[in-house]
Amino acid sequence: MLKRSAAAGRRRRTTPYVLLAPGLLWLLLFFVAPLAIMFVMSLREGTLATGFELTWNFAVYPESISEFSEHFIRSFWYAGVATAIALFIAYPLAYAIAFRAGKWKNALLFAVIAPFFTTYLIRTLAWTTILDDASPVADAFRFLGIIPEDGRILQTTGAVIMGITYNFLPFMILPIYASLERIDKGLIEAAKDLYASSRQAFLRVTLPLSTPGIVAGVLLMFIPSVGDFINATFLGGPSQFMIGNVIQNRYLNVTDYPTAAALSFILMTMILIAVIVYIRFAGTESIMEAEDGGPERPDGGEPASRRPEVPEPSPPAPSHASAMSGRPEGAA
Amino acid sequence: MEAGTAPSPARAVRFPRLAKVWGWIRHNALNVYAGLAIAYLLIPVAIIILFSFNDTQSRFNFVWNGFTLRHWEQPFLVPELTDAMILSLQLAAASTVVATTLGTMIALALVRHEFIARKTANVLIVLPIATPEVVIGAALLSLFLTYTFIGLGFASLFIAHVMFSISFVVVVVRSRLIGFDRSLEEAAQDLGATPFTTFRTVTLPLIFPGVMAGALLAFALSLDDFVISNFNAGTTLTFPLWIFGAARIGLPPQVNIMATLLFAVTVFAMVLAIWQQRRAERMAAVRPDQEETGLAALASGQRPVAGTER
Repeated sequence: MLKRSAAAGRRRRTTPYVLLAPGLLWLLLFFVAPLAIMFVMSLREGTLATGFELTWNFAVYPESISEFSEHFIRSFWYAGVATAIALFIAYPLAYAIAFRAGKWKNALLFAVIAPFFTTYLIRTLAWTTILDDASPVADAFRFLGIIPEDGRILQTTGAVIMGITYNFLPFMILPIYASLERIDKGLIEAAKDLYASSRQAFLRVTLPLSTPGIVAGVLLMFIPSVGDFINATFLGGPSQFMIGNVIQNRYLNVTDYPTAAALSFILMTMILIAVIVYIRFAGTESIMEAEDGGPERPDGGEPASRRPEVPEPSPPAPSHASAMSGRPEGAA
Repeated sequence: MEAGTAPSPARAVRFPRLAKVWGWIRHNALNVYAGLAIAYLLIPVAIIILFSFNDTQSRFNFVWNGFTLRHWEQPFLVPELTDAMILSLQLAAASTVVATTLGTMIALALVRHEFIARKTANVLIVLPIATPEVVIGAALLSLFLTYTFIGLGFASLFIAHVMFSISFVVVVVRSRLIGFDRSLEEAAQDLGATPFTTFRTVTLPLIFPGVMAGALLAFALSLDDFVISNFNAGTTLTFPLWIFGAARIGLPPQVNIMATLLFAVTVFAMVLAIWQQRRAERMAAVRPDQEETGLAALASGQRPVAGTER
């Protein structure tokens, strides 16, 4: 460790607060405060014409839940199905990119995030082109009997779930890829050296070590999916509308602010509960690790749990070590 | 893949052919599956680009009518669309500068410093990412409706965009800061550099790719945002808001052209960022402990394999 003067030590103690203050203040003013104001808004009664009076109308909460329970259930159902489908698409793809892609790795990662380079609305509208009644896809579906002769793909639950899956899929792929990529290949090798079959090595080494990525991916995908209404708007119809449609409509068209505010809070609370239950179920350890790396260790090392050290055999160590890390010996 | 170079001799001898065939099947099944997934991701992007060349016969651009370059000759034919695009770019630029600065500062504090209430700070940063956009949009509108002096328009959009970008910048920059070698900074300070000089000449160049990645993400998020903007724009129209309004009456192919141009520019920026990062990695690779792998490193108590991260 370095010797530091007293002045430098003092500066070191105040530096973090100076660095944090502006950003956190912005978040307090424009994230936390608005939520508080919205909460108060939900307890008001009135109309845009007469003004909204604060009547502490807590009844708005049970009323909103019962009135829009259908939309809430639909939102969680759609988001859950889309997340499950996305996991089945994402894991093998992330695995292929992390372990099999070789020199194509960067190109494939690029392909994964490429959809993000086009505007969300436009790529959702592109699906309306792809799934249009006159499109080859719709013809193929009719030919295969998946939909009836006069059936459509658009305006169905399937189309909406497909759209949600598509739009948030990279959120699932990237964390899983990151956790797979971080796995020390030596551990998988070690498992195989110890006579584990490929399947055993995968189930007992690779999969457990990639759980933080799966947990993070599921959260990152599920949360925006529940609140989404773009896919329901363009790929579905009123019978596919989700709670996001209701909130946006109540706020911007009906100007029933109290109900819209209450619905926003209920949505947030429900997601929070779902997340907490999920974290309990999935294990908190992996979440904490994914969310907060903590300050860097003084020696610059990673937390031990994240990067298991491979014990080093003594004399021929250098060559073995560099072979394992994939770094040619003596590379500067 | 060089993994699997050292299978145990017993296994290799016992079933060489069977293992090979099984391996081949599995290998390709995974690749085909991955290929299909990639196609799923890319098809809409291809459609967007393709339909900018569509010889449209009506207001609607849903059905392919043959190839034409005529829309590309007039990319700015629709003035409202062009205006919305310009506004979006200005908004994205302004909010990116502020969000990247604030986010990088937070990331530096989180990775480099120990301070009280770090849990609270972490929660405050993660929460906006974990909150549905529709809720953020509604909450911000509640704020702007209550304190009307801000007014709905560019100012409210700017506030909103900085707000939702900060957290993402923090996450990206922080991930790049972890695993950053502090010894170069310490060397600079040992050689008498002031903290500011150290930051400017050592730290910033090294973390610059991370900061750029954060900025790129913030820019993309701002340009892309519909939900939060829809709540807080008032009558101002950003690019996505214009598209939303126009989608019902039919989108002109110019929308696809704009999207294609945006795509091309982003790809270019990405390539540039990756190139920058490679350069920084080469810079970072020149460090004293690099030579001390293996025995010498063990002797000096360092990690035997330095710099194996990423």
